Amino acid sequence: MFRRQAGRYVATFAVDEVRVLRKVASEVVGLLTDGFDHTDPVVGRLFPAVYPEDAAGSAEFRRYTEGDLKTAKIDQAGAILAALPDEAGGEVRLDAEAAEAWLRALNDARLAMGVRLEIKDGTDLGEELDDAVAEDPASSRVFQLSVYAYLGYLQESLLNALID
Amino acid sequence: MGGMAAPQVAPVETPATHEVPASERQWVTIVWDDPVNLMTYVTWVFQKLFGYSREKAEELMLDVHHKGRAVVSTGARERMEHDASQLHAYGLWATVDRS
Repeated sequence: MFRRQAGRYVATFAVDEVRVLRKVASEVVGLLTDGFDHTDPVVGRLFPAVYPEDAAGSAEFRRYTEGDLKTAKIDQAGAILAALPDEAGGEVRLDAEAAEAWLRALNDARLAMGVRLEIKDGTDLGEELDDAVAEDPASSRVFQLSVYAYLGYLQESLLNALID
Repeated sequence: MGGMAAPQVAPVETPATHEVPASERQWVTIVWDDPVNLMTYVTWVFQKLFGYSREKAEELMLDVHHKGRAVVSTGARERMEHDASQLHAYGLWATVDRS
C-alpha cells in the first residue's frame, strides 16, 4: 500500500497485483475507446446526464464536454499503465500529478465494477464475498468482488498518503 | 465538532442582479450520493475543486451521504456546467439545476 517518501508516493506490488491493475486499467481504456456505448450503464455512470429531466439539454452538454472528459479518463487510466512495472512485481513511485491521476483512475475502475457487481448503499462486501464463495469459489463474481475490495483499499491508502 | 465558528466560504460571487434576467441568475450544481465513492475521496474532491476548508468539505460530503444530495456550488449556468464536468472527471455524480 502507498506511503509518502521524499515527496513521492511509493508502493510495492506483487506480480499478481500488477496483473490485476493492468487488467482493470486496460478494461477502462477499452470501455472508453472501442467499447464506448451510451446504452452501457457503466458509461451512464461515468458520464452522467447533467440535466436528469432535460434530455436535449443533457445531450447538448455532452456534445461540448464528452470528448474532453473521455480523453481525461483515458489519460488517467494510462497513468496507471505507464507507472506499473513490466510483467513482474516491483515498486511504483508517483509524483503528485501521477498520484492524483491514479486516484481518479482507481475511482473510475471502482465505479465501473460497482455498476457490474450491483453494489448498493449498505452493501456489505464481506457478506457478498461469503455468499459468492459459498455458491462457487471459482466464479468470476468472487474474483471481481475481491478486486473491487482491493482497489478500494489501494485508493484509500493513496489518498491517506496524499492528505497526511 | 464545535468551538469557534468557521467562516462560510462562498464558492462563487453572486452576479449583479441588473445584468442578467431572473430566470438566468441562479443555478446550482448538485452532487448525489453514490454507493461506490469513498467518503474521504469525496471530501478531498470538494477541497480540491472548490477550495473549501476540510470542515466545509466534510460537512458537504456528510450532507450528500445522509440526505442523498447536496448543493456544492451556486452561480451562473455556464459556471455550474463547468463545475459538473469537473466533478464528472473525478467520478462524482453531479447534475445542474435551477436554484
